[in-house]
Amino acid sequence: MNKTWNNKAWFMVLPMLLLVLFSAAIPLMTVVNYSVQDTFGNNVFFWAGTEWYEQILNSRRFWDAMGRNLAFSFIILAIEIPLGILIALNMPRRGWGVPLCLVLMALPLLIPWNVVGTIWQVFGRVDIGLLGRVLEGIGIDYNYVRDPLDAWITVILMDVWHWTSLVVLLCYAGLVSIPDAYYQAARIDGASRFAIFRYIQLPKLRRVLTIAILLRFMDSFMIYTEPFVVTGGGPGNSTTFLSIDLVKMAVGQFDLGPAAAMSIIYFLIVLLLSWIFYTVMTSHEGER
Amino acid sequence: MNFSWMAWTLPTVAFFGTIFLLFVGMSIWEYVSPGGNPRFGILRFETTRGDRLFVSLLGSAFIHLAWLGLVGPNLWWALAISVVYAIGVFRFV
Repeated sequence: MNKTWNNKAWFMVLPMLLLVLFSAAIPLMTVVNYSVQDTFGNNVFFWAGTEWYEQILNSRRFWDAMGRNLAFSFIILAIEIPLGILIALNMPRRGWGVPLCLVLMALPLLIPWNVVGTIWQVFGRVDIGLLGRVLEGIGIDYNYVRDPLDAWITVILMDVWHWTSLVVLLCYAGLVSIPDAYYQAARIDGASRFAIFRYIQLPKLRRVLTIAILLRFMDSFMIYTEPFVVTGGGPGNSTTFLSIDLVKMAVGQFDLGPAAAMSIIYFLIVLLLSWIFYTVMTSHEGER
Repeated sequence: MNFSWMAWTLPTVAFFGTIFLLFVGMSIWEYVSPGGNPRFGILRFETTRGDRLFVSLLGSAFIHLAWLGLVGPNLWWALAISVVYAIGVFRFV
């Protein structure tokens, strides 16, 4: 089929382009300008060239935070994706249980991020928190303020509690859209429960799983509020992720030049990963 | 209108000016030859010329960062590699 190309239609997106210009492009250009200069305030700047970029790229602190961020994203994906599929597979498809399960699953997603952090900060405390008191009661030495491993476990549990529901809801939507005819054919062939999952449900879930992985990866890679409220990046720097480190550098130390350079590098990494995921998603659509 | 709060410098004006001119050039190209010239290149997924510009710019940014981190602050060689890379992307991707 021959398409009709009418470039005048681009004028229709002009308002959105202006909005993006003011909300994203101009702030981004300002950050780029800051990243090549030094300032001590009062709108006075000194040219620094690529010095801040070199400093960030050769900084152990940056790569440590990057490593922690990647490890965090990998761990929560390894837990949330299989767990979300498992819960979605076991949710009822009809009856009164459906709305009940959907509401229960949606609840964690409705809680603001700083409130989730506060809930888990109190929940994990060994003096007044339910989790901390119970673990102490059964003889487990748990203290997320003092022990890096405990801090990591708490932050990961918090993220799993908060965001597995999103994976569940996406997978559930994918599962209910599979026509009954597929299951009837599988029953006639005497397919096992695992075979139905492997050859019918999993392929049909591929698109929603790609979206779920993309959303969860990007969100966990940019996570700030929840770990900041619970651990403040500690103990030491053990839960200092890239965004927390960036805020410490920009707001805490007022190192605006290095912070701007770090923002640009962080932004480019996020942009690259988003593009890779987007390309994978759309190329699968092409195959279909 | 005062833009001093954006802390402009001559090199950053030149940088964004070049990107703006690239967008203008791509728009003219699209007006002259509409459709974006979609094709399947060596990466085995469909790209339009806008996609190829995006891949070129993003790749060039990483080439410059890699050069800064691994070699040093003299970025002329990184720029030359980026131009060769962009030509390769527009030719083969």
